Amino acid sequence: MNMQKEMPAVGAVKVYAAISGVVILLMMLFGLVMRMTQGQMLPIEPELFYQLMTAHGIGMVAIAGLGGSAVMWHFLGKYVNLRAGFAWANLAFFLAGVVLVLGGIFLGGFAAAWTFLYPLPANGMGQWGKHAAAAYMGGVLLVGVGMLLFYLESARAIMQKYGSFARALGWHFLRSGQDAPPATVIASTVVTIINIIAILIGAVILTMMLVNLYVPEIAIHPLLAKNLIFLFGHVFINSTIYMAVIAVYEILPKYTGRPWNVYKPFVWAWSATCLMVLTVYPHHLLMDYAQPLWMHIMGQIISYTSSLPVLALTLTATLGSIYRSNIKWDLTSALLVLSIFGWSAGVIPAVIDGTIAVNQVMHNTLWVPGHFHLYLLLGCVTMILGFTNWIANKEKAVGFSGLEKAMLWTFACSAFAYALMFLLSGQASVPRRWAVHLPEWLVYSQIASLFAAGVVISAMTIIVRAMGGIIRPARQA
Amino acid sequence: MYQQVAWMVSIVLIALLAIAFFYVVRQSSREGNGAAVAAATGRWRGRLLWGVTLLCIPVVAYTLTELPYARGAIANLGTVEVQAKGYQWYWEISQTELPVGKPIEFQVTSADVNHGFAIYDTDMKIVTQTQAMPGVTNVLRHTFEKPGTYKILCLEYCGVAHHSMMTELHVVAQ
Repeated sequence: MNMQKEMPAVGAVKVYAAISGVVILLMMLFGLVMRMTQGQMLPIEPELFYQLMTAHGIGMVAIAGLGGSAVMWHFLGKYVNLRAGFAWANLAFFLAGVVLVLGGIFLGGFAAAWTFLYPLPANGMGQWGKHAAAAYMGGVLLVGVGMLLFYLESARAIMQKYGSFARALGWHFLRSGQDAPPATVIASTVVTIINIIAILIGAVILTMMLVNLYVPEIAIHPLLAKNLIFLFGHVFINSTIYMAVIAVYEILPKYTGRPWNVYKPFVWAWSATCLMVLTVYPHHLLMDYAQPLWMHIMGQIISYTSSLPVLALTLTATLGSIYRSNIKWDLTSALLVLSIFGWSAGVIPAVIDGTIAVNQVMHNTLWVPGHFHLYLLLGCVTMILGFTNWIANKEKAVGFSGLEKAMLWTFACSAFAYALMFLLSGQASVPRRWAVHLPEWLVYSQIASLFAAGVVISAMTIIVRAMGGIIRPARQA
Repeated sequence: MYQQVAWMVSIVLIALLAIAFFYVVRQSSREGNGAAVAAATGRWRGRLLWGVTLLCIPVVAYTLTELPYARGAIANLGTVEVQAKGYQWYWEISQTELPVGKPIEFQVTSADVNHGFAIYDTDMKIVTQTQAMPGVTNVLRHTFEKPGTYKILCLEYCGVAHHSMMTELHVVAQ
């Protein structure tokens, strides 16, 4: 690829990374405010709490998607010919969607949680009206359209280079042992396939709910709506990790001098993930007793199997790649290694919660944000921060300053302890998504607020320094 | 009980993971034989995959024998049927005084949006739950083993007063 083609895409990636950093920071602040409110340390009214909760949820899902897209676009573009216009189009839809979502929430009062579970958006009980709900759901739809364009362009470019998804997934390599595609291409192909399906399903339910808002006679079966929403949501949020982990595959070898080789179990694992991530979502509906029994059983079994292949291989490969490698430690490499710990650690309580007997006493408690803050905050977000730092440093290892070491340790310990407080609260049956906690639960939120403050301060330092590195060359130009 | 099991298992496994990371990171600044490390990594990968698989199969099989889903009619003539309906933001329950030791069948639904019907014991720990969904009746069967005042909390976010959607069940010895 020549420089004329490459430069606009590099610009888009930098804009993606910069927006991701700013929004991640803002969402962390929302999280801190919510935990302080639950601990009765801030006098926030429930109306505003639930608006912040809705914004925090959709904001993190969307920005994890955008940040992950930056990683995937940046590295996939080294192997296939991606057209930069699609990255900019995705960004335009994203920004238009965000304006609508924020307007719906903070001007219209919409607060039905990011999951917009049918029929709550149409039943605001006076807190929000149908136009606010339409702005929110229309905004999410626009973000989805942009992402769909992004993945369709990825699909086109992958097919152009490899001829078929089967070859891009490395199935020929399983037979012949020759000519394996790079790990980045395999992961990107899986994400492209599953997210095109997921976004289309999300668009279907969003459109159905938009119609229902204005023509209530056209009703949707609530259980069908829930299935569609969680299929879309589960696949999309998992994809953010699968995109962001490409940063580990591509960047870590530059620090260790050990290439990230593709071998047959790696190909098998990603192909298995492609199927399992689409079929595991019923574990979100284990407490909907009216679901068919086979879906409950499938939900539990695939919960145990879906995370294992790619995670186990990435975990062992990461540890194997740094063990006695004389790695050059800096903030980027440390964040990337930390992210694999966060992802792996989060999967443990997540899989346990996928056990029906456990889910019966843990579902919708703070156990749930406990496990997803491990693999999203300490996993996906940490991967995105590592990537952002990498491009801020012009894709070079730069060494560790004392401040960076202090902020890394503050971030790692605070984020870990913050997630553990959620798990501990879930173990004590504290519900999730409650603006006002009972007196006996306050101490959990108060301690968690301290750790949340640590996360915000350390992440702010890391992000602000990275932003400086990203913006500086543009000024010089 | 499952709350404690989930917490202890999670903490132990996360601690083992953290120990592995600390050990490898401490070894990372040394120079080793790349081929030997790659071979060792392959062996550890195999051990991890087989170990987790062998551990998970009996766990999955055992836990699937204890499913909470009600199938078919209850033969026990002493079963008490209770209708529970969620509204934004209160519960309508046909009978709030219930006997100890008798199977109770809660027929749970909703009049408007999704709610969560969670029963908390006298120590404010969840004993069981199901979803309350409009147009759907979820059948939850539970036998209370101790008398006392149990609470019903909504565990599915249902709007601005979600956190105040609570009521009580009085379980009495007969």
